[in-house]
Amino acid sequence: MAKAVVTVIGKDKPGIIAGVSKTLSDHNINILDVSQTIMSDIFTMSMLVSLAQLDEEFNKLQDDLNLLGKQLTVEIHTQREEIFDAMSRV
Amino acid sequence: METTQITETINMVSEEHLDIRTVTMGISLLDTIAGTPQETAKNIYQKITTYAKNLVKVTQQIEREFGIPITNKRISVTPIALIAGKATPDEMLYYAHALDDAAKAVGVDFIGGYSALVQKGFANGDLALIKSLPRVLTETDLVMSSVNIGSTKAGINLDAIKLMGETIKAITDKSDTANAKMVVFANAVEDNPFMAGAFHGVSEADVVINVGVSGPGVVKRAIEKVKGESIQVVAETIKKTAFKITRVGQMVGALAAERLGVEFGIVDLSLAPTPARGDSVAEVLEEIGLEMVGTHGTTAALMLLNDAVKKGGVMASQRVGGLSGAFIPVSEDAGMIDAVKAGVLSLAKLEAMTAVCSVGLDMIAIPGETDATTIAAMIADEAAIGVQNNKTTAVRILPTNGAKVGDMIDYGGLLGTAPVMSVVEKSSAEFINRGGHIPAPIHSFKN
Repeated sequence: MAKAVVTVIGKDKPGIIAGVSKTLSDHNINILDVSQTIMSDIFTMSMLVSLAQLDEEFNKLQDDLNLLGKQLTVEIHTQREEIFDAMSRV
Repeated sequence: METTQITETINMVSEEHLDIRTVTMGISLLDTIAGTPQETAKNIYQKITTYAKNLVKVTQQIEREFGIPITNKRISVTPIALIAGKATPDEMLYYAHALDDAAKAVGVDFIGGYSALVQKGFANGDLALIKSLPRVLTETDLVMSSVNIGSTKAGINLDAIKLMGETIKAITDKSDTANAKMVVFANAVEDNPFMAGAFHGVSEADVVINVGVSGPGVVKRAIEKVKGESIQVVAETIKKTAFKITRVGQMVGALAAERLGVEFGIVDLSLAPTPARGDSVAEVLEEIGLEMVGTHGTTAALMLLNDAVKKGGVMASQRVGGLSGAFIPVSEDAGMIDAVKAGVLSLAKLEAMTAVCSVGLDMIAIPGETDATTIAAMIADEAAIGVQNNKTTAVRILPTNGAKVGDMIDYGGLLGTAPVMSVVEKSSAEFINRGGHIPAPIHSFKN
């Protein structure tokens, strides 16, 4: 199974976690791990999620999360986990 | 998974311009040679559009999945002079248009390999190709060309250099910008994914994926963090950063090759600037401690940078190849442009820098009235540096008719804008007009 990391960065406001979780649940995606902090008013969260399928489903999820990012005026990245491993592990 | 690693990676892409500069599919055309140029051209189109059909689609999907931009999708092919051995200069247009049409059909940014290797001498196809260049580079859009005129093993073909000086002038007479699509090499490499010099060498596999990674901004940011520390700390920092960047290239290349069902060739880690601020090799050199690139110490700083990039890259990838190092084009690098405008960076200093950078004199605008033999002599100087020192050197020089020193010439997009630089006005004509061949240098007895 592939894994992806969803990162959210932006000004803190109500509904960010709710919005992201709902979108993930709409896509039937399981959240494996969450880490979240607030640094001087900036909300940052990274979520590790499992992906059943890559191609089309992944693209749809990414589109929906990008749309949500626009609505919430935060930056949301959805990336496969391997890119982070590649850079920091040998 | 550590949050700091995630943030680091995301910042590299969004703030420091880390990108996969190119995924280049190398395609051998040796099996397309048929009885007539028309038939061969048809086969060339067929083979390229078959293998590269999904290149753009697959790379776009990878961009999406990993959130890393893949700026260019390209194709390189076997040097066309080898494929067109019997052709006349006019017939060469069939081959060039087949490449251009195929590149457009599959949607890539450029196709390289309209090339000839003449370090030792000319065959019929080589001469036909060189003679066709003014037409080909102005009548096609995506075709990129290179001519190799010297090598450490073969020496330097002065006849070819003379001919290339004249050809560059002839191209200028048809177009101010077409010379940006051609480079004159010494010691050209066979697996380079970067343009304009990419071609698919005859010793390569049938079809391969080569990847070029870039990220001068990432290196600059890393060096900012070690301000004031000793120079070996700088070297270590560059090595570690180059390692991380190359790992991304390795991963993307392997995946692209797998999805396209072809062999994975090499990762070329080249710090290749773009005109964007913060994506500049000049700024990296300045961060090492130079007030402005071009001042004394520039060559030393560049030597360290180029070497540390290679050392970091070599361990990060299964196979490192291409040109791997730091590119120093003028028009594509905001910091270089500033230094030329300020009168700090001269053509002479750039030439010295090419002795330690990854390639050579690149994207340099000069006045249009510069004599063909003077341009040839610049090529000869670069070739001499490369041939003597066992490295790749190249010249991509852009004479512009009607332009005076200091004028700014715009080449569009990633090719950027270049200030016209001054050239020494004394003649080199008698030297170039001697013609013939400069013997290969001796490899023992060095100093």
